[in-house]
Amino acid sequence: MLEVVELSKRFGGLYAVNQASIQVGQGQIVALIGPNGAGKTTLFATIAGFLQPDGGRVVLNGRDITGMPVHEICALGMVRTFQITQPFSRLTVAENIMVGVYQHTSSRREARRLAWEIAEYVGMGHLFDLPSTELTVAGRKRLELARALGTRPQLLLLDEVMAGLNPTEMAEIIGIIRGVRDRGVTILLIEHVMQAVMSLAEHVYVLSEGKLIAQGPPAAVTRDPAVIEAYLGKNAAQLLGGDVHA
Amino acid sequence: MNQGNPSRDGTPGGRWLLGLLLVVAVAYPLLVSSNYAVDVGMFILFTAFLGQSWNIAGGFAGQMSFGHTMFFGMGAYCSAILVVTYGINPWVAWALAIGVGACLGAAVGFLSFRFGLRGSYFALITLAFAEMFRVLADSAAITRGGLGILVPVRQGFDQLQFVDGRTFYYIALGLCLAGLGIAGWLKRSRFGARLEAIRENEDAARALGIHVLKEKIKCLALSGAIGAAGGSFYVQKYLYIDPHLAFSVARSVEMLLVTMIGGAGTVFGPLVGATVLGLLGELTRSLSDAQGLSLVIYGVVLIFIIAFLPNGLISLLQRRSRKAGGRNA
Repeated sequence: MLEVVELSKRFGGLYAVNQASIQVGQGQIVALIGPNGAGKTTLFATIAGFLQPDGGRVVLNGRDITGMPVHEICALGMVRTFQITQPFSRLTVAENIMVGVYQHTSSRREARRLAWEIAEYVGMGHLFDLPSTELTVAGRKRLELARALGTRPQLLLLDEVMAGLNPTEMAEIIGIIRGVRDRGVTILLIEHVMQAVMSLAEHVYVLSEGKLIAQGPPAAVTRDPAVIEAYLGKNAAQLLGGDVHA
Repeated sequence: MNQGNPSRDGTPGGRWLLGLLLVVAVAYPLLVSSNYAVDVGMFILFTAFLGQSWNIAGGFAGQMSFGHTMFFGMGAYCSAILVVTYGINPWVAWALAIGVGACLGAAVGFLSFRFGLRGSYFALITLAFAEMFRVLADSAAITRGGLGILVPVRQGFDQLQFVDGRTFYYIALGLCLAGLGIAGWLKRSRFGARLEAIRENEDAARALGIHVLKEKIKCLALSGAIGAAGGSFYVQKYLYIDPHLAFSVARSVEMLLVTMIGGAGTVFGPLVGATVLGLLGELTRSLSDAQGLSLVIYGVVLIFIIAFLPNGLISLLQRRSRKAGGRNA
């Protein structure tokens, strides 16, 4: 479904993303993890067309979309959400979701009906006509998701939708994400909350200092010495003891 | 499935109020006796219409321009040149001027937005455009330089000149209603929703598949067409245009001011703002002969509005209707 081939993004002389390759298969939930500043969000932005790569290719459904404008990528079925939520503040929840839905209909009535379905689905039905400024953090994260769903994506890039949520809210949104996948949407997500990664992802990529340092099923990746080092510092794996040898 | 109270736009009370206002607006020239009073009313409606031009770009799409008079001036000069120099029928000239205004809007939009100018940079570039047109109009032969263009008096419906000031009042009312209609359509259409999304957050709008450059250019074309329509009307009413009337910073500011004070991004904001400022201006003029006193008062009003009612006077009404369960004033 999505194939990222040796993608690089430089800021000045510094590589934010250095030859990262990722593959996401149809119907999978794949997670991208890594310490703060590892370049996860930059990688996302480059995949989604917000940043021009300095090398490498992005292939969506067999089609090279490297350097394509964001709105065309969206029309091809790949849409991203933002880590720092970006609601259309002066618009209501309904109007926010309708912006995405309008990609598929020009009728206001129809857009409102479809937006209502999505709002119900993500559990925002009771907030439908509220100004989006009145939402809590959890509500805003949900709104990001709802808006993106409005464009009817085939592939959803979710950037830290769990950050700042309490355990109850997190459990709810994990359920929603799973439900979205079960409806046939492939998902690539950045996440810090390991509990969420463990329960959602089938495959995990670990990014550190712009480079992919490990990949595999979540359980295997979290035992990988290179990953532990990236998070906790050199020799951390040995200090933690156990049967791991760096 | 609960449809989530689908059509709650506009309260019945609001409709009655609008109907009543329309009746008052139509009856007004017949009730007042002086031509002066009719002219004041005409000018308020006309200013509201020009404000709507700014409102579509600055209010709905958040592209705040400081040089919107360029569209007004372009429309005015187009009309004047076509009618006086080329002997074209004023009605036809009006239609052509609107087309030229749309093209100018699209061109300015393309040039500014292609290079990603936003916020104050866009405001500055539009100011520069308007100034450039003023200098050009001041020196070019086709505009007759600083002398300006005088449209010969030829009264008659086909010449779009009327003895009775009330006719111009009704044309201005028609323009104002058309402007309200366009703004109302924007509030309820996909195009308008996209413009509002762009205003609120351009990156998020892009992420949701909106072709931001294209929508912004369309928006400025529409705004330019409305401004130019106003310019044409002005020439037919006053039968004269010169570079300072056409491209003055003061008119750009007035278009912006009535909208901001009334409520930017709302359907009725420019009309509310134009009414309040228009009446305030007449009041100060009747109280004192001091030149520019009305501008001082506009300034004070603007400060109060920004401090206490950042969404404009219309938000006073909206607050009440929100409590009554409505929205979209």
